[in-house]
Amino acid sequence: MPKPSDLRGKTAVVGVATYGSGEAPGNTEMDLAIKASKLAIADAGLTLADIDGIATCSTSNAMWPLSVIEHLGIKPSFIEGTCIGGSSFVEHMLPAAMALEYGICNAVLVCYGSVQRTGEMDRKAMAQARAAMAAYDYETVYSPPMPVGAYAMAAQRHMHQYGTTRENLAEVAVAARKWANLNPEAFMQGDLSVQDVLDARPVSTPFTVRDCCLVTDGGGAFVMTRADRAKDLKKKPVYMLGAGSAAWHSKITNLPDLTVTCASQSGKEAFAMAGMTPADVQHLMLYDAFTINPVLFLEDLGFCPKGEGGRFVSDGKIAPGGSLPLNTNGGGLSCVHPGMYGVYTVIESVQQLRGEGGARQAGQIDVSLAHGNGGVLSSQCTAILGTDAAL
Amino acid sequence: MSEIGKEKEFREAMAAGKWRIQKSNSTGAYVYYPREIAPGSGADDLEWVEPSGLGTLYSYTIVNRRAEQGGPYNVILVDLDEGPRMMARLEGVENDAIEIGARVKARLSEIGGKPAVVFDLATGA
Repeated sequence: MPKPSDLRGKTAVVGVATYGSGEAPGNTEMDLAIKASKLAIADAGLTLADIDGIATCSTSNAMWPLSVIEHLGIKPSFIEGTCIGGSSFVEHMLPAAMALEYGICNAVLVCYGSVQRTGEMDRKAMAQARAAMAAYDYETVYSPPMPVGAYAMAAQRHMHQYGTTRENLAEVAVAARKWANLNPEAFMQGDLSVQDVLDARPVSTPFTVRDCCLVTDGGGAFVMTRADRAKDLKKKPVYMLGAGSAAWHSKITNLPDLTVTCASQSGKEAFAMAGMTPADVQHLMLYDAFTINPVLFLEDLGFCPKGEGGRFVSDGKIAPGGSLPLNTNGGGLSCVHPGMYGVYTVIESVQQLRGEGGARQAGQIDVSLAHGNGGVLSSQCTAILGTDAAL
Repeated sequence: MSEIGKEKEFREAMAAGKWRIQKSNSTGAYVYYPREIAPGSGADDLEWVEPSGLGTLYSYTIVNRRAEQGGPYNVILVDLDEGPRMMARLEGVENDAIEIGARVKARLSEIGGKPAVVFDLATGA
């Protein structure tokens, strides 16, 4: 009987790249996805002819994998197009690993692009079109600002239930900005204090605009192969040690406890596959669409007890120089957030594990956790990645 | 031959001024929003019932809408006494006086020309 842990260390991320982070005027989402893909394939020391598996999705095109396949002119034997929000590209890793391990394909390209900041299609018009196509009057009649309103209500509940403060949440944004200031690719730079976050423009209580992720362009891609092949490629392989995906709801009304996400399931599955615990993790990428996210995920993934996340992030340990470096690229809050950010969590984990972080390199890292979030806390996907020292 | 869906049945009743939720008689569980089978259990004996209308405010947010567009407004989540949670608005209360845990009572109203359940503070409930 096969078991999930059979997949531990069997596949590796061998190439990563970003392209057009921030503003990339004059590009389409396809342009950015393809340009990032080209760089990621080159980073791996592979060529397009080696790519026989594809995993990609877009919120604007339901049959997006077909468009990418056509644009690349490839004939893949593995096609993955699951779209469950920003977590999708972390989700893609598990089926990609299974397909690689079973020999369905030999090299999977995971890619994404978005021009939601400078693109010609109006974001508001797009949101309205999507809402009309997936009518859900039980919420929309009340005009909840989505997605921010959903996360705001989760934050409000967390504050009520556990005494988490506005200052605690602001610390997440402040730490992200400190990391961003060390990353030349980060879109937002400059000093940011807890008070600055509190004094920023209110959006949806308890959040101000500085509690909310950026709206940027950007493309990101990575390539996975089997571990045996990875050893012969250009860069130091980053092995997939564990992965887990979970989804419990679509609309925020239907998450029973707004302080407990299904990261509690995806994390458990990922750690079980890896044979590890949070104590083994040296670096974290937790999808920070809003400041409450890392607080919830640190709790749900087991890095601190439920309810303690606010205090956990407020003593400097997640910021540069701290003991648990988190969102070292500057995160969705200060680096880049092109609609669905999940692919960047994997890319930054890989760069840190390779020691390619430059000024933001968080020391010697052998185990990193990349965590994607999608929808309104709806889907949660966790990947545990490591160097050969972690095998 | 197919029967009409629960969503259409629900909408027709709302248009006629009746707000109803569902109950599975075999499991005793109440369900809202309307579904074809009960979530989780799969029970297919859902029947329309009239809710008590009473509930407790679970969470909320005040949306900072510009004054020229109507100013700030609230969005709330309410745990109905029957169990299900729903999104709504709280009316007749200053936004900064909204509190988690408040007891609330439902009222069928209209938002933007559509029938919608809204809540008022419940006194003595």
